[in-house]
Amino acid sequence: MTHWIIAPVVLPAIMAPILLMGARHDMVLARIFSIASTVALLGIALALTTMVSDGTILTYALGNWVAPFGIVLVADRLSVMMLVLTAVLALAVLFFAIDGSDRDGRHFHALYQFQLMGINGAFLTGDFFNLFVFFEVLLIASYGLMVHGGGPARMKAGVQYVVINLVGSTLFLIAVGMIYSVAGTLNMADLAVKVPHIAAGDQALLQAGALLLLLVFCIKAALIPVHFWLPGTYANAPAAVAALFAIMTKVGAYCVIRLYILAFGADAGAATWLAAPWLLPAALLTLVLGMTGVLAARRLGQLAGFAVIGSMGLLLTSIALFTPIALSAALYYLLHSTLAGAVLFLIADLVARRRPGHEDGLSVAPGFTQLKLLAGAFFIAAIAATGMPPLSGFIGKLLMLDAALDSVHAAVIWTLILGTSLIAIIGFGRAGSTLFWKSTGEPGSFPEHAEKNSLSLIAIGLLLAGCVGLTLFAGPLTTYLDATAEQIFATDQYIEAVLGNTVLPGGSL
Amino acid sequence: MEFLLSSAVGLLTAAGVYLVLRARTWPVVLGLALLSYATNVFLFATGRLVLNRPPVISPEALAYTDPLPQALVLTAIVISFAMTAVIVVMALRSFLESGSDHVDGEDQPVPAENRESTEGRA
Repeated sequence: MTHWIIAPVVLPAIMAPILLMGARHDMVLARIFSIASTVALLGIALALTTMVSDGTILTYALGNWVAPFGIVLVADRLSVMMLVLTAVLALAVLFFAIDGSDRDGRHFHALYQFQLMGINGAFLTGDFFNLFVFFEVLLIASYGLMVHGGGPARMKAGVQYVVINLVGSTLFLIAVGMIYSVAGTLNMADLAVKVPHIAAGDQALLQAGALLLLLVFCIKAALIPVHFWLPGTYANAPAAVAALFAIMTKVGAYCVIRLYILAFGADAGAATWLAAPWLLPAALLTLVLGMTGVLAARRLGQLAGFAVIGSMGLLLTSIALFTPIALSAALYYLLHSTLAGAVLFLIADLVARRRPGHEDGLSVAPGFTQLKLLAGAFFIAAIAATGMPPLSGFIGKLLMLDAALDSVHAAVIWTLILGTSLIAIIGFGRAGSTLFWKSTGEPGSFPEHAEKNSLSLIAIGLLLAGCVGLTLFAGPLTTYLDATAEQIFATDQYIEAVLGNTVLPGGSL
Repeated sequence: MEFLLSSAVGLLTAAGVYLVLRARTWPVVLGLALLSYATNVFLFATGRLVLNRPPVISPEALAYTDPLPQALVLTAIVISFAMTAVIVVMALRSFLESGSDHVDGEDQPVPAENRESTEGRA
């Protein structure tokens, strides 16, 4: 049992109070601590990657209480991959934030570390009550980050965001209660053992609970019909926070992958593949709505929000097929869409700051400072986000289309993915040409933007380099992701690793 | 007792859902509080309703009540209590900044002096 597994939760949990109490008045110190902590998180995540890359599943029983009675953390390939992604994104976004926007309000860095603690915990936990607790940790931090800097529009969007998430938390608890009342366990591996033996009379409670839980994860993942909170929230949140939130939708996707393959997957008796018939239509509708929203958006920030919704639809379409090959494609697209979605929010913010009066509205206005540089960055980001060759979005979509060939719904999925890609290309093309090309010929000028924002540009460069890296190393990466997907579908390994020899004889309570 | 408990959960949930769907923030906050009460009572029932039984091992006990839901409810109470405080503060701040306590804030125009101070950050 290695103690490194709990480090991604403990480190930010210690760092945040230090930032809150020790570095409250000293912004330089706070920035140094915050970056050091995030770099350390990346290091830990990479070290964990080397430990799990041979297929071992590490478990950590808190207080040495054995599962299923104690709380257990589990690190397998999927969890650790999400940790690495979180750390990479968090580091790049932090560079953007320390370029000035962390001064807009108080305690940015402390909230940021709490946010990372919640996200990391959600990826590592092995039981779904602690999943609820870590969801709350990351949500509470996100409420603070969301209204960082204040302002009426942001507070209004913040209140709506809190209300929808509190309702989500209520549903989460009810769902946990329903599942616990029939399965008698909160441990995911133990649940996977017990679900096939649930009596027929209790199936209704179990399945209703599981589907309610799916609804909660779909709220997080912004799937139709519970997607409506996302565009307003992301467009009104500070850019650095919106970019970090790109990983939060993926927390929902991660939970769907984890729970609905492990506990409600192939061996779940009457509840076999419980999520599939609900998830696929919702995901396809989300894909259409998101990409149509890209075309209809009037602000760049809104456009980025709808691009995130569309990418979540695409991601969950591939997950909803519930095959290893489709899951591997989905994981590749997950890595890509997190980076590509985040960079769009950062670019939108830099553009908005340079166009006082117009902000990031898709309107023709005079040219602004660093126009060519930002236009180039937007061009690359748009190529990645729409899935045009040669960047990673293209490879991700290609892998998904290939994986969907075996599905009975292949025709629908192909039509919608290709059709929405075209709509997205038109939407991004229209936005880019309005903002960058038409603007150059316009008479008049904005006041010279004094800041060079070099750190922000480095952050954007890092995220774009991530997309390029995903493209260049697509070969080894897909091999690794294939192994990850196979490990997720080999649920026996997970159960064996968590419960070890303590597997209790299954049976109804 | 089963009827009492289930009707309490049902009533609290119904009232909570109704209030959450109101247009102003204060009823919404009350609705969220009622929903969390309903959830707490519901969670308590997931361990089955048992009267006068200890939750921890004792030599005299003939039967036990499930201790786990009690721990869950305790966690849920703490979290929902803190969340109610957060949403009250945010609703108040939103009202003070925009001059409207509508959840979508669209019933009254925003006073001009407030709009000035935050221009460019929207």
